[in-house]
Amino acid sequence: MKKYLVRRLLALLPVSLGVVTMTFAIIHLVPGDPVVAMLGETAGPADIVGMRHQLGLDRPLLEQYTVYLVGLAVGDLGESISYRKPVSQLIAERFPATIELAAAGMIVALVLAFPLGIIAGANPGGAGDLGAMGFAIVGISVPHIYLGPLLMILFSLDLRWLPLTGRGGLAHLVLPAVTLGTALAAILARMLRQSLIRVRESDYMRTALSKGMSARAALVRHGLRNALTSVVTVIGLQMGGLLSGTLITEMIFSWPGIGRLLITAIGARDYPVVEGCVLTFAMTYVVVNLTTDLVNAVVDPRVRIS
Amino acid sequence: MIARVRNPSLAIGLTIVSLVAIAAIFGPIFHHTDPLSIDLADVLAGPSRAHPFGCDALGRDVLARILWGARLSLSISVVVVTISLAVGSLIGATAALSGSRIDDLIMRGVDIVLAFPGILLAIALAAILGPGLIDLAIALTAMGWTGYARIVRGEVLTLREREYVLAAESLGASRSRLLMRHLLPGVVGPLAVQATFGIGGIIGAEAALSFLGLGALPPTPSWGNMLDAGRAFLLVAPHLTTAPGLAIGLSILGFNLLGDGIAQKVGHRA
Repeated sequence: MKKYLVRRLLALLPVSLGVVTMTFAIIHLVPGDPVVAMLGETAGPADIVGMRHQLGLDRPLLEQYTVYLVGLAVGDLGESISYRKPVSQLIAERFPATIELAAAGMIVALVLAFPLGIIAGANPGGAGDLGAMGFAIVGISVPHIYLGPLLMILFSLDLRWLPLTGRGGLAHLVLPAVTLGTALAAILARMLRQSLIRVRESDYMRTALSKGMSARAALVRHGLRNALTSVVTVIGLQMGGLLSGTLITEMIFSWPGIGRLLITAIGARDYPVVEGCVLTFAMTYVVVNLTTDLVNAVVDPRVRIS
Repeated sequence: MIARVRNPSLAIGLTIVSLVAIAAIFGPIFHHTDPLSIDLADVLAGPSRAHPFGCDALGRDVLARILWGARLSLSISVVVVTISLAVGSLIGATAALSGSRIDDLIMRGVDIVLAFPGILLAIALAAILGPGLIDLAIALTAMGWTGYARIVRGEVLTLREREYVLAAESLGASRSRLLMRHLLPGVVGPLAVQATFGIGGIIGAEAALSFLGLGALPPTPSWGNMLDAGRAFLLVAPHLTTAPGLAIGLSILGFNLLGDGIAQKVGHRA
């Protein structure tokens, strides 16, 4: 396990450097002048030169990149143009809200996925299977940008059970979490069903049943446990969707996280903030991926060897 | 009793996709109301005979905007998926057929692109490129090609070891002949599955970007920006969010079912 951990941590370096470089490249190399965009078409040449100097954009690209890398090493992401605050501070203030939302979405996904997947996988072809999988295919297809407003109409405006937008107590978290978690729940339920069906055909299940274990006990003790590894893998694969889903969910529910910070910064042409947020999202994803791989290695020893 | 369909996903998916495509192609011809014409007398009007889906905050006909939005959504998705498929396959095949050093280099690049979760890369690119349809297509393609590259590389690497490929190779078949005649046919199934899901995925991503103001700009009707505009009127005019929401959901559902159906048929999972 230690060897596997070291190998995975070492592999983190090139990917992180690649992510950092690509984020830099998107902001600095893609056509379109951020300074002109920031100041507007009416800005005079003197303003443009001044702004360019202030942001260090008049220096050679390699120097800009070096300054950027050195800054990153000490946690300096530059200063926001619209907030006049360090970008790292803006992100640090909002990061917990994003993690809270993502975690809540994950909980919703798991709470929905397990019963659905088990109902479907325990009796494939039955009415429960059809219902659960019908829900799943709809859940995968309904986009966040529709599910969010739909839930708002139903639970905030009509029934008045839950607050419409913003962050606060648990009540504020419910609708955003359901909006975010439904698609993942559907994907996980389908995955769980499939692996349960595959496990049912295995020798150890036949042995368990033939030695007189009840179908239910065999399903829970052997079926679920073996199906779990593929669920963990799929959770890892779907974390990207969950993270970029938070971005959209935050916009729908005015949730004060880094997704909303990113989108408003794009609107305000606040490029240092855009750069910092994109980098934070990507690096969070890289770390989360590593974590799921490690969890998988703990759950399934075979992973460590290959 | 209805006859049991062997592959219901394929049948239902194909039906939905056909309906959406017909609506996109012929809809604006039959329902020839201008999607941009403003009529202040009809502001936020509910469904009626003249406007079956009602009118938006500027009194524009929602049905016409949905139909034109379907054209935009479908054409962008098909274009983006086609380009992603071509570029991704080329890169994947190059990786698989070149030496291990080039392969490593390419796959590292794929890993880096994949390190940007979901539509983040498209959002970042769209933010810098600015809104607009061509920029939107570029941003979505930059995000979408990796899946195809991975599939083609993986399949080609396994197919290469097959006896019929080894036989052709030892008979002196050229690299391009090997690729076109022997390797490509084996990759078509998985690619078709991936591309079908891909179209649904791009429909959703395009809608999300337009919703965020990074895609098609108003007044151009797109499902995403219609949903965004409708959010201000959730209580008084829920049809403004329902219509584009159902359009997006139904289209994605159609392509997902179709993808499931094709996967079942070719025996491959994407």
